[in-house]
Amino acid sequence: MLKLDKLTKIYKTGDKALSEVDLEVPKGQVIALIGPSGAGKSTLIRCINRLVEPTSGSATLDGINITTLNSGGLRRERRRMGMIFQEYALVERLTVMENILSGRLGYVGFWRSFLRKFPQSDVDEAYRLLDRVGLAHMADKRADELSGGQRQRVGICRALIQDPALLLVDEPTASLDPKTSREIMRLIVEMCRERDLAAIINIHDVNLAKMFVQRVVGLEMGHMIFDGAPEELSPDVLTRIYGEEDWEATIETVDDDDEEDGS
Amino acid sequence: MPSKINSSGQKVWQVRDRNGQLLNWALWMGAAIIFYISWMKISDQTTWFFVYDAPRIAADIGGRALPPKWEYITKLGKPIWDTLNIATLGTMFALIMAVPIAFMAAQNTTPSKLFARPLALLIIVSTRSVNSLIWALLLVSIVGPGVFAGLIAISIRSIGFCAKLLYEAIEEIDETQVEAIRATGGSGWQVMVYGIVPQILPAFAGIAVFRWDINIRESTVLGLVGAGGIGLQLQSSLNILAWPQVSLILAVILVAVVIGEFVSAKVRGAII
Amino acid sequence: MSGSVDIGVKLSSRLGKPWRKPPFINSAPLRWTLLIGTVVYLILAFSSFEVNWSRVYAGLERGWRFIVAFSQPDFTSRSSDIIEGMTESVIMTVTSTVVGIAISIPIALGAASNIAPMPIYLACRFIISISRALNEIIVAILFVAIFGFGPLAGFLTLSFATIGFLAKLLAEDIEDMNKVQAEAVKSTGASWLQWVNFGVQPQIMPRLIGLSIYRLDINFRESAVLGLVGAGGIGATLNTAFDRYEFGTVAAILIIIIVVVMALEYLSGIIRARVK
Repeated sequence: MLKLDKLTKIYKTGDKALSEVDLEVPKGQVIALIGPSGAGKSTLIRCINRLVEPTSGSATLDGINITTLNSGGLRRERRRMGMIFQEYALVERLTVMENILSGRLGYVGFWRSFLRKFPQSDVDEAYRLLDRVGLAHMADKRADELSGGQRQRVGICRALIQDPALLLVDEPTASLDPKTSREIMRLIVEMCRERDLAAIINIHDVNLAKMFVQRVVGLEMGHMIFDGAPEELSPDVLTRIYGEEDWEATIETVDDDDEEDGS
Repeated sequence: MPSKINSSGQKVWQVRDRNGQLLNWALWMGAAIIFYISWMKISDQTTWFFVYDAPRIAADIGGRALPPKWEYITKLGKPIWDTLNIATLGTMFALIMAVPIAFMAAQNTTPSKLFARPLALLIIVSTRSVNSLIWALLLVSIVGPGVFAGLIAISIRSIGFCAKLLYEAIEEIDETQVEAIRATGGSGWQVMVYGIVPQILPAFAGIAVFRWDINIRESTVLGLVGAGGIGLQLQSSLNILAWPQVSLILAVILVAVVIGEFVSAKVRGAII
Repeated sequence: MSGSVDIGVKLSSRLGKPWRKPPFINSAPLRWTLLIGTVVYLILAFSSFEVNWSRVYAGLERGWRFIVAFSQPDFTSRSSDIIEGMTESVIMTVTSTVVGIAISIPIALGAASNIAPMPIYLACRFIISISRALNEIIVAILFVAIFGFGPLAGFLTLSFATIGFLAKLLAEDIEDMNKVQAEAVKSTGASWLQWVNFGVQPQIMPRLIGLSIYRLDINFRESAVLGLVGAGGIGATLNTAFDRYEFGTVAAILIIIIVVVMALEYLSGIIRARVK
């Protein structure tokens, strides 16, 4: 469904953030993108919806080449790619409801959005999503009154109300505590399963990634150096991605966590 | 570290090394000389006889001015109303003009860095460098004396002030919130209304109230050059040396300024 | 999933109902009062304006001449007046800023509630309030009446205005300062002056320098209008030029003022960046 072909990004400073990344994501598959900070994870997902303009290569979503679209076409395609951010990126001075409905901006005209007159179906869907993530009572609270975990749930709702085919998720748990991190990851993965969504989740926490996804992609200095199942992540591979470290311990902890989680 | 070794070989601690000390000393000396020359110039142009006589003159004026001519207050209603309108409507017009200029001037929202931004910055610097009284002087000579000239003068002077503070606020917004709205597929205007405007709204309200407070002060004196408001009464009372009226007008202005400051402090407290 | 608990809100009760943004002011009567009040005020304010449109129309031609004058400012025909006025403005600016700062510092110390005793605090705050409440032009008028025409009145006006501005902001800065640093110096057994010198001064110095330059800028701008009431500076020249409709000269003076203000702002940017 999503196909990246030799996607490359070179910043004005000359830093090569991505070099010729090839990646194919089938419908409904959730993949974790791991790598140290600065490896180009954020750049990769931002090049897909062109918040960052790729230098060369292409990204194709269901046969439409996103990289060559004009601004109108790009906006239409962006509606099909929901994005979830590290620091939640809610508009803090708007209410929860406005934040969620802002996910429909690509579908409604300027004046309707300006006057907050969204179609009833959008409003209903927003309430359903809020109810699904357990925040129905928060609809008219301002976003900056929410806790981190709550904000991220709203962020998830905003992405899902776009009715996307693909979720681009940028470090969803980096600002959250371990327990909330797992809840959020579980929520994202569950939502993807319910709606048959593909997702690319940037995450630096290997354990968390291994717990929830079927496929892991490793990025290092803009190069894709691993693509496989979580079980294939050997200490050897992790050393190639993150550098020298005693990875045995990490891997063992993961097993422990899994047991604990299963019980 | 600035320290030196003295004749007997011990280290002596100093805040600055020798050259730094000399430079520092020279700068202070230069400043003192400039100040002295400037002061002499002022002194040359001063009739010191008047200055020595000043306490007596001040006492004399004070004696004539007090008590204020209270019954004159009935004639001040309309001028005060005009003053208030000049300040309020002037602030309003200035804000209407300042918003697009601020968006043109802010690095992150300007439509073009080569043309729109320099133009906006030029408007900002030229309108705010020139005092509102000078703008009033200019407008009186263009549109004739009256409230209208004062209103336009206050508006023009405030444009640069408001636009400068506003564009600084725009440059400080959290870009990821804007990015998030852009990622949903919103159009340029939708990104503006959902991503940028909510973030700068508190700054906008603060600037509006702040400038309104300043404009109340400034509009009280515009009448001195014929641009309407209570300053007109002040000017005419001064011309006929009607000191009891002058003292009343000054008292009224003082009260207006204090009320203005009180209101703006309250409103700002409510917003933030 | 912990979130599946409903807290008093049934989804079914929400579906199909329209959603509206909660209003900025919650109480409906207050909201309407403010709205109607604003509309009524605007109607009254606009209707009380008397604009002589034919006069305005006649003036447009003059306005256009003024704008044209900016493309060909006339620096030469009144050059001696301009030079004299500008020198006077600069002199008034420099002297009043220096004197104003010198007086502001002790007043700021006195007006900081964390280091000054109550009576001194009240006295200093009173001085600051008076200075801030009185418009420069009004002060200038009084000083001209008392001391006679000339730059002395302007110098006194600007010094007086500087006190209110600088002492207030500085006092706030002193009140916000880091207590621990100041206490550390006090605990060494320093005298009050030593304490101010070592515990307080280093903390407020960058702000003092920044504010002083900012005030220099303001004083220059103000000095340009004091001449209107006879308190010296370029304002008198400007006023004469306006009276004679010599827009070329007016443009020249305004351009000089704008350039000087820009230069001062640029300079203050550099200095503030260096002291930080």
